[in-house]
Amino acid sequence: MTAILKNRLFWPAAILVVLLVVNMFTSNQFVTVRDGHLFGTFIDILRGSAPLVLVALGMTLVIATGGIDLSVGSVMAISGAVACLLISDLGNQNSVGSVLLIIGIAILVSLVLGLWNGALVAVIGIQPIIATLILMVAGRGIAQLITDGQIINVQSGPYATIASGFFLALPVAFLIAAAAVALITLLTRRTALGLLLESVGGSPTASRLAGIGARRITIMVYVVSGGFAGLAGLIYSANIKSADSISAGNLIELDAILAVVIGGTALIGGRFSIAGTVLGAILIQTLGVTVVAVGVPAKATLLFKAIVVVALCLSQSPTFRQKVFGRFKPRPAVRAEVPA
Amino acid sequence: MRRNISAAVLSGVLAVSALAGCGGGGDDAGSGNSGGDDKITLGFSQVGAESGWRTANTKSIQESAASAGIDLKFSDAQGKQENQISAIRNFITQKVDVIAFSPVVTSGWDAVLKEAKDAGIPVILTDRAVDSQDTSLYETFIGSDFVEEGKKAGDWLVKEYEGKTDKVNVVELQGTTGSAPAIDRQKGFAEAIKANPNITIVKSQTGDFKRADGKTVMETFLQSTPDIDVLYAHNDDMGLGAIEAIEAAGKKPGTDIKIITVDAVKDGMTALADGKINFIVECSPLLGPQLMDLAKKAAAGETLEKRVLTEETTFTQEQAKTELPNRKY
Repeated sequence: MTAILKNRLFWPAAILVVLLVVNMFTSNQFVTVRDGHLFGTFIDILRGSAPLVLVALGMTLVIATGGIDLSVGSVMAISGAVACLLISDLGNQNSVGSVLLIIGIAILVSLVLGLWNGALVAVIGIQPIIATLILMVAGRGIAQLITDGQIINVQSGPYATIASGFFLALPVAFLIAAAAVALITLLTRRTALGLLLESVGGSPTASRLAGIGARRITIMVYVVSGGFAGLAGLIYSANIKSADSISAGNLIELDAILAVVIGGTALIGGRFSIAGTVLGAILIQTLGVTVVAVGVPAKATLLFKAIVVVALCLSQSPTFRQKVFGRFKPRPAVRAEVPA
Repeated sequence: MRRNISAAVLSGVLAVSALAGCGGGGDDAGSGNSGGDDKITLGFSQVGAESGWRTANTKSIQESAASAGIDLKFSDAQGKQENQISAIRNFITQKVDVIAFSPVVTSGWDAVLKEAKDAGIPVILTDRAVDSQDTSLYETFIGSDFVEEGKKAGDWLVKEYEGKTDKVNVVELQGTTGSAPAIDRQKGFAEAIKANPNITIVKSQTGDFKRADGKTVMETFLQSTPDIDVLYAHNDDMGLGAIEAIEAAGKKPGTDIKIITVDAVKDGMTALADGKINFIVECSPLLGPQLMDLAKKAAAGETLEKRVLTEETTFTQEQAKTELPNRKY
């Protein structure tokens, strides 16, 4: 019991459960089956959180190396803009082959943008926050140039599927995010990659002296972050069947960083938790849905969210927990269950 | 439109075109000397190019200046107040006949407006107001009345359910919290629907004037509120996002849930003509011709009404079908 309570993810998980229970009561259908697939508030949450999960996943890796990627929102905008522009030029927008090719192109563009960030940080040696700030600011301009400042609409069934479609009764967007999470978990926890990331985050110099290609690892995480942001941008734009270069991914970098922090990844690098990040991202999405479902007035939503986030961060702080909960704990019991 | 300042600022920071040098400046300063020829020179400082609405606004002003025979000095502030202030100072030095501008923000204009007044140049505000206490600093303010737009939306709804006694559940998608159009469109609508006590707003939440947010919020509305009869969205984009959510929930937008929006941009009008939206209140960016009339009167020294409303209308599904081919924005 104490071990569970002491887990860093206990409180975020508890708050998530509370929010989900609230939603169970406020929604007509929490989870039901309709038209051969799952449907309901819970499914909306899973589907809606996919872009944030993807972005936060990339952000986790970047932060693990002690960096930060502020450009994710702009990369989302660019990738959505590229895809919608190309699809709107298609003769047959419902051609699965062409749409897949275009999705590939958009992701390739995002990877290149990530490479640019990585090169600025690892090769030229600009501080990550500044290096990615460049693309954060310029990228949205590029996206607006691509769309000519307008909202580009597409009427492509296959493209819409990646956000609104269902496969094996589950939302495609959720499956994409889940696959990405599984892939990254496998790569970082079943190979030495995770260790290398943490060592670069801990000390790039020491890592290099120990024979780790710190530069290559750093470039790689920015490329991965760019790729995931691009994928998130595709889901975002497919969701509304249009490229909105002004609002796509606007301020998502902050939500992603918050998700990473809620998940217990240290902002200074050297330690990360994929499961924590996913939990954080879903928590943020659930919070957004709950605010609407409960009927919190628009003017009070930010305050409501702030209170939950503050409570979360306090629950994550060892000092705070010690002060508040420490005195209630029967000491012998603790000693008995956690042998020194 | 006057959506979100941060977006405007961002787009301002990055737009690639040159800084706010007012086009074709110094060489024809002579024509600005109102004594010389009878061609009026109008200096106009635009907010930026943050949306399709704004682009249409710019185009309308440029085209109607050309057809009204007014010499237009156009300057794009790219979402920054300091650009706009320096553009206005430039206009003053060039001795233009009239200055018009859409203020990026509401406050901080007193000093530069005083300079214009001292130089004897009349100033016209377009589309957005300033909060100066001294209203003599500008001649007039031309723009939409957001409260009126909300009222028009509410009036249509009241008329639609006239004589019926069933309860009408309305959900509202508000614009960016705290922005003037969001506050006023909510206010006007609420006033208008008081006429029918059966109509109640059951849920109201911000969708930030964005399609994606409109969709997400509508999804949750659909899950948490049984029997939604009407959706009132503060702009077309949120309404379009909500249509996606309504369709995904297996309902028919426009039939199962009636939809009212504000703006009447092309995408919204298309949905209206397709029967997915029921009613759109126009918020027109095409105030160019009216502005040119006002500029001529101001240059001639006439006293203008302090508040001029943009000529705007409303669209039903039938009207949308005829109007749609002419929509430019």
